[in-house]
Amino acid sequence: MSASTAASAAYIVAGLLFVLSLAGLSKHETAKAGNAYGIAGMAIALVATVGLAWRDGDALAVGLIAVAMVIGAAIGLWRARIVEMTGMPELIALLHSFVGLAAVLVGWNGYLSVEGAGRAGGSGAEAEELGLPVGIHSAEVAIGVFIGAVTFTGSIVAFLKLSGRIKSNPVVLPGKNALNVGALVAFAVLTVVFVVSPGLAVLSGLTVLALALGWHLVASIGGGDMPVVVSMLNSYSGWAAAASGFLLDNDLLIITGALVGSSGAYLSYIMCQAMNRSFLSVIAGGFGNEGATAASGDVEGEHTEVTAEEVAQMLRDADSVVITPGYGMAVAHAQNAVAELTRTLTDKGVQVRFGIHPVAGRLPGHMNVLLAEARVPYDVVLEMDEINDDLAATDVVLVIGANDTVNPAAAEDPASPIAGMPVLHVWEAGHVVVFKRSMSTGYAGVQNPLFFRENTRMLFGDARERVEDILRAL
Amino acid sequence: MLIGVPAETRRNETRVAATPTSVGRLCALGHEVLVEAGAGSRADSPDEAYVAAGARIGSAAQAWGADVVLHVNAPTLDEVALLRPDAVLISLLAPALAPELLDALVARGVTALAMDAVPRISRAQSLDVLSSMANIAGYRAVVEAAHAFGRFFTGQVTAAGKVPPAKVFVAGAGVAGLAAIGAASSLGAIVRATDVRPEVAEQVRSLGGEYVGVPADEGEQAGSGTGYASVTSEDFNARAAVMYAEQARDVDVVITTALIPGRPAPRLLTEEMVAGMKPGSVVVDMAAAQGGNVAGSVPDEVVTTPNGVTIIGYTDLPARLPAQASQLFATNLVNLLTLLTPGKDGQLVLDLDDVVVRGMTVARAGEKLWPPPPVQVSAAPVAAAPPPAPLPPPAKAPAPGRRAALVGLAAALLFLLAAFSPDQLIGNLTVFALAVVVGFYVIGHVHHALHTPLMSVTNAISGIIVVGALLQLGHVSTVVTVLAFLAVLLASINVFGGFAVTRRMLGMFRRA
Repeated sequence: MSASTAASAAYIVAGLLFVLSLAGLSKHETAKAGNAYGIAGMAIALVATVGLAWRDGDALAVGLIAVAMVIGAAIGLWRARIVEMTGMPELIALLHSFVGLAAVLVGWNGYLSVEGAGRAGGSGAEAEELGLPVGIHSAEVAIGVFIGAVTFTGSIVAFLKLSGRIKSNPVVLPGKNALNVGALVAFAVLTVVFVVSPGLAVLSGLTVLALALGWHLVASIGGGDMPVVVSMLNSYSGWAAAASGFLLDNDLLIITGALVGSSGAYLSYIMCQAMNRSFLSVIAGGFGNEGATAASGDVEGEHTEVTAEEVAQMLRDADSVVITPGYGMAVAHAQNAVAELTRTLTDKGVQVRFGIHPVAGRLPGHMNVLLAEARVPYDVVLEMDEINDDLAATDVVLVIGANDTVNPAAAEDPASPIAGMPVLHVWEAGHVVVFKRSMSTGYAGVQNPLFFRENTRMLFGDARERVEDILRAL
Repeated sequence: MLIGVPAETRRNETRVAATPTSVGRLCALGHEVLVEAGAGSRADSPDEAYVAAGARIGSAAQAWGADVVLHVNAPTLDEVALLRPDAVLISLLAPALAPELLDALVARGVTALAMDAVPRISRAQSLDVLSSMANIAGYRAVVEAAHAFGRFFTGQVTAAGKVPPAKVFVAGAGVAGLAAIGAASSLGAIVRATDVRPEVAEQVRSLGGEYVGVPADEGEQAGSGTGYASVTSEDFNARAAVMYAEQARDVDVVITTALIPGRPAPRLLTEEMVAGMKPGSVVVDMAAAQGGNVAGSVPDEVVTTPNGVTIIGYTDLPARLPAQASQLFATNLVNLLTLLTPGKDGQLVLDLDDVVVRGMTVARAGEKLWPPPPVQVSAAPVAAAPPPAPLPPPAKAPAPGRRAALVGLAAALLFLLAAFSPDQLIGNLTVFALAVVVGFYVIGHVHHALHTPLMSVTNAISGIIVVGALLQLGHVSTVVTVLAFLAVLLASINVFGGFAVTRRMLGMFRRA
């Protein structure tokens, strides 16, 4: 057993631990174990790699590694501890951008230490050491940098949109599809040029191009599609890591990157299915842009307002209550008040359950995390398909900050832009109370006929304050 | 408005059109309610309970003379005469089968809504008494069968020997059939069910039953293509009969629910099939009132055949659960009145532009409104002046041929890529391809609540790129070292932050 075979063996073990980790994360019972497997895999991989550096006797390298990792770990742990659950989507988007940037840096290093060094020193010794023709190595550099850069700027834009630092409306540049396709063609051309004659200028151009493409891709996607975007970027960050693995001939990176990449892609696919849309149309952006203006004027009617006291009375008389939260609950930080309401009603003998639409929030599973934070037991938090049939037998549905996911137009109006999207059938319940800041439309830009239904009552104002009002009245 | 709830006069009727609970909800809509004395006595609803819920107690004449009359069964002609000319009557009316009653109602000038003419659209489900009564009937059919059956339904192993579970066969998986399947399987029986619609197989299984289809014939596809539909249909019936005969011989209990609207019930079990059943077997014919699915069934009677098979032909199965049936019927009525009282102010508004109301209203102020126009599902938007937004194309799975072509193309490309690659790249590609597939399958059934933790853990794992940067760190070139240092730092944030935040989130999830 040499040091390098020991490292390879450690990498295999780490790769398997990552598979176990992902598998564990698919069930509540095994989720914690899954996380532990992930940590173990990562620890093994790091120890093996640092061991390799140590064997090479490079004290400076080991020192730098220690410094960089301590700083990185401190920042990471600090952010992880203070992040609010409502801010989860931003944090994850930001973390994706780090992977993207790291992939770009690794790619550049690959170039500098092989092609760049070969040019400077005239030998290309490292390329021979890798056992690869320089051309293939160059192609790998180009691809790795490209994916990394797209992930980087895409995640940054997603982060800015999610944290409200820039508007989440889709940016529509003229001929945006042509721009995207053009960027891909230009990337292919630049890659060929780079393979034929690797040069700093070509690589820089390629990097800038990829950065611009990443920015444009995400900028042209509206806020309502953010769950898909975040999960797509997650997938990209995996592909970026896999590309680096090809570049460095490191199987662990390839395995892990491919795992993350394909699982992220699958997750995005699930999200798209939940919105009844094709993956491509989400990536190409612009959902609701065409439909919004066409449909916004179609639905008109009288909505009925209600006070918190009246809602409290309604809840007191109810036998079963379903709460369907949306992004508005996250914005208003209402999850603790909602959890308190749940406990109060449960103590009074009212059956309270939650109905979660798969794309509620700005991150897959966002609502579940918020409710878990507020200590709502997860077995009363049901998926759309689990609760939809029970809604007709429910006395009161509280719609807290959700809009498009409870829009009856999706089920009943074939001309609606969101027609065919599976929605929570809240309107079948006895009473529906909609918590909302105003009568404005949701992210899809579609008016919601639910608000004008005869059994719907509107409760305007900040969701958390209104829920607290109800609690006081109870 | 004053709502009257007269007692039911039909023989053996136990139900009542309002319960104390529903009276409370009717009062909340702004109505007054008058219940005939003793109307709810057979449905466990004494007069005092109605009074406590806000109703008055009155005579039959007072109840029939109210503004709105709620009733379960269609009124007799004598009862029609008690109605005020401007009254609204809501009950089962069977407008298609009882034209003379309809004419009497029209002549009387009343407005009549038939609870058995609710359009079958999803919005009207909460009014659909046929479904709610069928549900009860299906359950009761199993209870009646269990009562007449001389054995356990569930299998047991006891000190006195082994008891096999009863086998129940349910023909027709509509609402009643499904209710029967659920009730029988929860009693522990082995339940099989059949239906001419193969798509209900999933619903049958969801209730614990086993779906038995009519075995498909190889030649059937070709046969139907030639246009000899009747031949195929006869052929189908012949194969169905074979299946029924097999099931009849094998099972202990048969429950038949097959009804075709407006036609006599189809004959499913012939005399020979009944004769082939085991002694002690029970057949419940839920279609006895419409002529029966089973040879030898007599409406409202229990018949025992010479070979010891009991055939139950009760037609009043819902009424045998009076309190339950009244509760559901009354709730359906409350849902209708909620629809008809949009202001919650006790004012009845009959909006005939609403397809549900239009479909149910068979007579209004001397005008006969039966039959209603067919329910239009989506014609209105087309007529709108501005062209409606183009319909989003339905998400279609690619045609199998196209799919195969795509797979073939991808395989060919991959082959070309690999074939022209050096050995080492092939190794990398192998690992890559396998890992992609593993990643795809490993999260195949992820629980919806765990999407966020999964994402943050994959995010932490993708920080594995730190390994790549670590390998480059010892390089001689300063630029490379600085870049690698940065990369290690960034990736470390990911690794530690990602795992820590996942841990924090998972710590929050708890069971009740």
